[in-house]
Amino acid sequence: MTLTEDKIIELLKEVKDPEIPVISLVDLGVITGIEINQDHVTVNMTPTFIGCPAMDYMKQDVVDVLNNNGIENHTVNLNLKTTWSSDLISDEGKRALKKFGLAPPPVHNNIIEDLDIIEHAECPNCDSTNTTLKSPFGPTLCRSLHHCNNCGEAFESFKPI
Amino acid sequence: MTEEALKDLLYKIADDLLILGHRNSEWTGVGPLLEEDIAFSSMAQDKVGQSLAFYNLLHELGEQDPDTVAFTRNADQFHNSQFVELPIGEYDFSLIRHFLFDHADYIRFSMLAECPIEEVAQVAKKLKGEIKYHVMHANTWIKQLATANEEAHDRLQNSLNEALPYALGMFEPSKFENEIIEAGVYPGEKAIEEQWKENIVIVFEQAGLKLPDWDTVKPVYGGRYGKHTEHLQPLVEEMSEVFRVDPTADW
Repeated sequence: MTLTEDKIIELLKEVKDPEIPVISLVDLGVITGIEINQDHVTVNMTPTFIGCPAMDYMKQDVVDVLNNNGIENHTVNLNLKTTWSSDLISDEGKRALKKFGLAPPPVHNNIIEDLDIIEHAECPNCDSTNTTLKSPFGPTLCRSLHHCNNCGEAFESFKPI
Repeated sequence: MTEEALKDLLYKIADDLLILGHRNSEWTGVGPLLEEDIAFSSMAQDKVGQSLAFYNLLHELGEQDPDTVAFTRNADQFHNSQFVELPIGEYDFSLIRHFLFDHADYIRFSMLAECPIEEVAQVAKKLKGEIKYHVMHANTWIKQLATANEEAHDRLQNSLNEALPYALGMFEPSKFENEIIEAGVYPGEKAIEEQWKENIVIVFEQAGLKLPDWDTVKPVYGGRYGKHTEHLQPLVEEMSEVFRVDPTADW
């Protein structure tokens, strides 16, 4: 098998976020680089939140997927050389989040001045923006809590960061 | 700049985050409403994770591994300001402390994000984005509660008066202050303090809370060099209780 970056990306698309099992690490934007040097593969990753307990699992899952596909000569780095931003989530990733019931984060281009940016998150159930932010902190570090005034459902949003 | 000066800086940042993270976690299960219970728990998780990033940097500089550093020191070996070790008190005190601390740390990390030491700048840049949510959360509740009714307003004002001398202790100058500033690591504690005073007054004006004449507030220093209140040692013992049962256990 000839190793290519595309091939590695394809394999890593199988690795899902353990806390949001519908989105792959590639679509989440935490895979920041792949280098292939002859038969050695380096995968660089960056954490979503520095205190996220899922990061170690994600790293191990990447190692396992490489090993299971016969790529044993590898290095997987988790570092902060690239700062993760929710703007790195792919369109496919955002669709998956919405289908899962999580409002995808709005594109922010590094301008987050106050909570207005998530005050009226779009409800993933009925698409209404007649919603209220209940708390910028949710069940995991990356989520906020909301209530939809249109359909009456409570929902969570992936925070822009 | 000497390595000793850099370690001094990293230790005080890490210890502030670890100790306040632990204090925040004391609201888990007893928050005044579910959303606030979750908020303080989330901020606790953020802060403990953020402290780990700095203990990792210290480990790379030759200090012991993060668990050993976090769980085997006694209170007088910690570099946190006394402000963060004070008990959580009532919700109004915890909220005021959260507000005053996170505004300061946001400025600290904004400055350190420009630090010429790449590893430090990378961590600071990351934390800046996370702490922004802590600041926004604090601003929302300070404004909402201080303008809610007389009791809420008075409680916050009293807690603010009580917290301020300790809050100024966050800016206790380092033994290496001039060396750090000259090396261009960041503009120093005085610069953070000045910016902090400007930032917090904006929210307090909207909230109707009064700041005293700063000249009348005497900063409580000492925490950065091991002088702590009687509240820190019990916290350290509780925090490390499980670890000390079997320090060699693999978790």
